[in-house]
Amino acid sequence: MSTNENTESNESRDRGKAPAGERIADWADGRLGIYSLAKANMRKIFPDHWSFMLGEICLYSFIIIILTGVYLTLFFHPSMNEVEYHGSYVPLQGQLMSEAFSSTLHISFDVRGGLLIRQIHHWAALIFLAGMFVHMMRVFFTGAFRKPREINWLFGFLLFVLGMFTGFTGYSLPDDLLSGTGVRFTQGAILSMPIVGTYISMFLFGGEFPGHDFVARFYSIHILLLPGIMLGLVVGHLILVFYHKHTQFAGPGKSNKNVVGMPLLPVYMAKAGGFFFLVFGVIGVIAGIAQINPIWAMGPYRPDQVSTGAQPDWYMGFAEGLIRFMPGWEINIWGHTLVLGVFIPLVLFGVLLAILALYPFIESWVTGDKREHHILDRPRNAPTRTALGVAWVTMYMIMLVGGGNDLWATHLHLSINSITWFVRIFFIAGPVIAYVVTKRICLGLQRRDRDKVLHGRETGTIKRLPHGEFIEIHEPLSQEQLHTLTAHEQYEPAAIGAAVDDNGVERKVKGKEKLRAKISGAYFGEDQQIPKPTAEEYKEITSGHGHH
Amino acid sequence: MSSQDIPEENLPAEQGHAHGSAVGVADEQNPFADPGLPPHEHRIQDIDERAAKRSERAVAFLFTLSMLATVGFIASYVAIPADKSIFVFPIGHLSALNFALGLTLGTALFTIGAGAVHWARTLMSDVEVADERHAIAAPPEVRAKVHADFKQGAKESGLGRRKLIRNTMFGALTLVPLSGVVLLRDLGPLPEDKLRHTLWAKGKLLVNMNTNEPLRPSDVAVGSLTFAKPEGLEEHDEEFQNEIAKAALMIVRLQPDNIKDKQELDWSYQGIVAYSKICTHVGCPISLYEQQTHHVLCPCHQSTFDLSDGARVIFGPAGHALPQLRIGVNDEGYLEALGDFEEPVGPAFWERG
Repeated sequence: MSTNENTESNESRDRGKAPAGERIADWADGRLGIYSLAKANMRKIFPDHWSFMLGEICLYSFIIIILTGVYLTLFFHPSMNEVEYHGSYVPLQGQLMSEAFSSTLHISFDVRGGLLIRQIHHWAALIFLAGMFVHMMRVFFTGAFRKPREINWLFGFLLFVLGMFTGFTGYSLPDDLLSGTGVRFTQGAILSMPIVGTYISMFLFGGEFPGHDFVARFYSIHILLLPGIMLGLVVGHLILVFYHKHTQFAGPGKSNKNVVGMPLLPVYMAKAGGFFFLVFGVIGVIAGIAQINPIWAMGPYRPDQVSTGAQPDWYMGFAEGLIRFMPGWEINIWGHTLVLGVFIPLVLFGVLLAILALYPFIESWVTGDKREHHILDRPRNAPTRTALGVAWVTMYMIMLVGGGNDLWATHLHLSINSITWFVRIFFIAGPVIAYVVTKRICLGLQRRDRDKVLHGRETGTIKRLPHGEFIEIHEPLSQEQLHTLTAHEQYEPAAIGAAVDDNGVERKVKGKEKLRAKISGAYFGEDQQIPKPTAEEYKEITSGHGHH
Repeated sequence: MSSQDIPEENLPAEQGHAHGSAVGVADEQNPFADPGLPPHEHRIQDIDERAAKRSERAVAFLFTLSMLATVGFIASYVAIPADKSIFVFPIGHLSALNFALGLTLGTALFTIGAGAVHWARTLMSDVEVADERHAIAAPPEVRAKVHADFKQGAKESGLGRRKLIRNTMFGALTLVPLSGVVLLRDLGPLPEDKLRHTLWAKGKLLVNMNTNEPLRPSDVAVGSLTFAKPEGLEEHDEEFQNEIAKAALMIVRLQPDNIKDKQELDWSYQGIVAYSKICTHVGCPISLYEQQTHHVLCPCHQSTFDLSDGARVIFGPAGHALPQLRIGVNDEGYLEALGDFEEPVGPAFWERG
């Protein structure tokens, strides 16, 4: 009878049968409540800025990786059984190799399109990691990690770190000479851990290196454990993006209380949906023309063989740099060995990444700001943060150079020893220089903005005054520009509260409070930012007594 | 929280409020006031139907191209043999099948995207609208209600009052994951002294890795680098990889008076010295030999060892010298080991000592 009622009401509404799509939607709504969901989201507003698509590149390459990865599992054999190769790649015929390696050869030479899918998978992984790196920089330098988005920053951070390890376990699977060397390096690094190193190594490899287990274990980690966690994080990341609504840059009509842009349906459905195809298409073409990881040229892994110029995928390059630039310190004491030369890089690897995760919390402690922030900072308007970020990126890049010191040496005909010394010195000096230079640039740009607001835009038109003086005509900014250039906020350095309270009782100033005042001074103190023009200054200059 | 003692006035004014949140034109009070959203500017497609038609045709053209590319993909899959190679300027020789499939698939996907984006940019409404934001944190009433509900629930559970239940429950929940940890025990054996021993033993012949023949002193020329394995270890052996990972040997011949280290000289045979091939940094095989200086270099991280001076580290991140194998010659004139390595080969570890 309820069906009757439904039909009746439908008929009374539409005078006839509703279109099929509508009936399916009604059916789904009755069971899933999709209309309430759609009401909030179908016409959700997304602001437009080129940098907002960086995250989309990551999402889409992640989807591409999953699609192509599933295909690859249909043909790949995660086994270290030694077999003699008798496939269609002639140069390796008769060679002993693991089943993992021979099945990768099979995918590359005998499965039609297998090589393409393998190359799409690998290229998409490189792009995924690069996309996340740049996306994180965008979020960092515009202050988009501030409240309420700190947790989403952590989600993104975890995706980046897990992405690195998923990539590493993935490119180790073919068991070729290059990746096996990388696995050996990892095992050597694990061995350096005090007390537990040998145990972890034995447990991870099922005995001594290389053993017969690691490909199968890396396979399970690579296709199940890590991507499972990452999928959850991606979904959580997206839910939070929807829930928090997107950030936007300051501009006319845009405030911390609204979000200005175009609706999901239809504009972003088409743009973002279309962008998935653009990303996939570009990666498809790259995979068609640019060879990646030609494992047949490297041959199967043998622990006693190696090729020169061995390099990990780019996102592991900074770990490679850390391990290469470190002096070989080893301390032997009480019958034990502390392998500092390897263990310190291992710790630094964690510390360098952990700093990224913690930064939002450090900054919010320094500013003491507990409000929501939806308006993005222009990097110049947060000079200290920007300088810190550039310093971190500089350190990362120096490590990348260090990780490829042999390639720099052979390609530029330099001494590898001098490159290593350069990296050792600039591991510290590079970030310091970058910090100072970046801060100067930011302050310069802030000064220029201030000048533009107060004195207008330089038109390039030179006018000669009757008494012979040449002046350049400055054109006042539009209301939109005036607003945009002055919309950012500026913090005062946090002062240490009075040491004596209202009743004249002395209170103890805690060390933590002093520390924060000091850091806050370094962030927002005198000369650390250029005060933005005030309305009074502007009025004084424009009231006619001004210069121009 | 320490930050709560920051007085409000130390924080900058609320964004948007700094200049008065009300949208308005510049006035005497505030020359920087927000003028509000700029008026919408029409695109050519909004006012000229012919331009809109052109856009429509462009989008349709892109979608059609995609269909053709998919047909091309299937045709290439069927028609091109997997082993055919073609020359493409300036990239070089490529697998024809991979090249064709990549281009057609890429085109089929890219043109869908390009069509959709062009459609969105030229034909869909580009009027900017504003959505209100709402505070993420719940209003005080909701907060109070949730706290009260939670207290009520906690009270009804009696968890705080019945300590015995609480403590035993925490105990049980803490212990139960231990089963999972215990189950990991069989992931691998204990290290014991596995890393201290290799296949080398007294009397084992040094077998040339390339020829699979036992080496005589005359086979090792000055300036050459020879790789060797212990007699009896064959590629087809089950444990070949594990054993060669520790036993791999490199052999060079020096002039005995060029050997600076006394122990090295004692452990050599007529200037022939045998060192572990496995780098003491993180275990790469060392494979680069500089004949004039007798330096060997690990290609992975560039640790450099001086083979004429006990293989001590002269550059790079390795922490200690390469272990040397004591060698001699047996009655039949073949090179043989006089024992195992005296110290563990490969990377250092905690128990190495």
